[in-house]
Amino acid sequence: MSAAVTARGGRTGRRLHPLPVRIMHWINAVAMLIMITSGWGIYDDDVIIRGFHFAKFLRLGDWAAWSLNWHFAGMWLLAINGLIYLGYGVVTGRLRERLLPIRVSELLHTVRETLHFRLEHADITTYNAVQKLLYIIVILAGISQVVTGLAIWKPVQFSGLVSLLGGFQSARVLHFIGMAVIFGFLVLHVVLALLVPRTIWAMLAGGPVLAQPGSRAKAPGP
Amino acid sequence: MRSPFRPDDVPDPAILDNHRPLIKSFERRGLIRRGLSLGALVMLTGCDVKRPEAVESALLAISRFNDEVQALLFDPNKLAPTYPASMILKPPKFNAYYDVMDVKPVNGATWRLELSGLIADRRPWTIQDLQALPQRTIVIKHICVEGWSYIGGWTGVPLRTFLQHVGADLRAKYVAFKTADDYPSSIDMASALHPQTLLATEYAGETLADPFGYPMRLRTAVKLGYKNPKWVTAIEVTNKYPGGYWESRGFSWFAGL
Repeated sequence: MSAAVTARGGRTGRRLHPLPVRIMHWINAVAMLIMITSGWGIYDDDVIIRGFHFAKFLRLGDWAAWSLNWHFAGMWLLAINGLIYLGYGVVTGRLRERLLPIRVSELLHTVRETLHFRLEHADITTYNAVQKLLYIIVILAGISQVVTGLAIWKPVQFSGLVSLLGGFQSARVLHFIGMAVIFGFLVLHVVLALLVPRTIWAMLAGGPVLAQPGSRAKAPGP
Repeated sequence: MRSPFRPDDVPDPAILDNHRPLIKSFERRGLIRRGLSLGALVMLTGCDVKRPEAVESALLAISRFNDEVQALLFDPNKLAPTYPASMILKPPKFNAYYDVMDVKPVNGATWRLELSGLIADRRPWTIQDLQALPQRTIVIKHICVEGWSYIGGWTGVPLRTFLQHVGADLRAKYVAFKTADDYPSSIDMASALHPQTLLATEYAGETLADPFGYPMRLRTAVKLGYKNPKWVTAIEVTNKYPGGYWESRGFSWFAGL
């Protein structure tokens, strides 16, 4: 019987975003917002760019001590969720399947199409080369944030790592740059998702059922 | 156009019918009234809406858990990087919970270091007594919780040497400090026994200047700046959590580097 259901491409078919991915995506969204806004509170206590502060209403924690407490609570959410996500993505092959390969010619093509406002998004089940690259960049930035974060949290215990990063202050700047990269991604990601709201619904409900190898994609749901 | 947010399957309308009495019992006015009184309550108590008590205590519980994680990460044999004397910043950076103009100098001649708690010999110490013990000089980075840092050169008796000398119980949990500027502080015994934890009396080869803790301050390479009390007047060895000035205001207690 179950074979019959699968053949119809019904609810048992593989969705674009399986449930674990959806759960981890939204946990990560919360964790990232906690880390970024509490990080701004910590940053403001001793700025890296002279004269550049984050406004109080943007900061999590009403002063540095509470921004730090938020940051060191959020880090568990971000790191544990991130580790499970990477483990899941590697074991199920999802990361490789969705993000690789990236071809330079495709990348140039997508950039050209974007500049001409001709970007194709009828099919949300495959990512274009620019999307793939951005997702890889943000994953690497997330990993880098954990590494640079560890270095500035424990610069004596991980003194080897700190000197690899060019010293305590440069590790701090790298941690700040990592935030900027992730924040830039976040803005782009949210704007693009709002332009194609089907993608938001897909991240909540699972999205279209994926085509089985050798067959064409089927319409979502009955 | 069909809304992209509308689900593929619409719920059974019977669900709505079965719960009609419950839905009728919702009183929108009641909700608004209660909402208003919640707002009034927040104003009455002067409670910060952005930091409700439940959130605050949850964050503090996680911070205490993180203290334990930090203690596990702490390697008592791991030395902090040291630097050549030429890199020492002169004078060091001043930082306290008040301005440098408000520093009240301590008279070194009448100063005594009081001892209490789990210590065999609790006789008070003069500055000469301290300097008669074996001295050590370290050139280390001072890292503030705010993010800034500088390299400083400190000389004094290692706290380990001192604690052994006075017969302190080295299995006790905490070493606590009282200071002339009313800045209580405390560290864990493992960090107190770290070779780069000093009762510092000199900076860059000269007697400590007034703003930096003359005649004696704690200087440890394995803690954030705020765990380095200046103008220390008393040391206690204890198993009872002593807390500290910033710790009671929300900062992490362990604050290990």
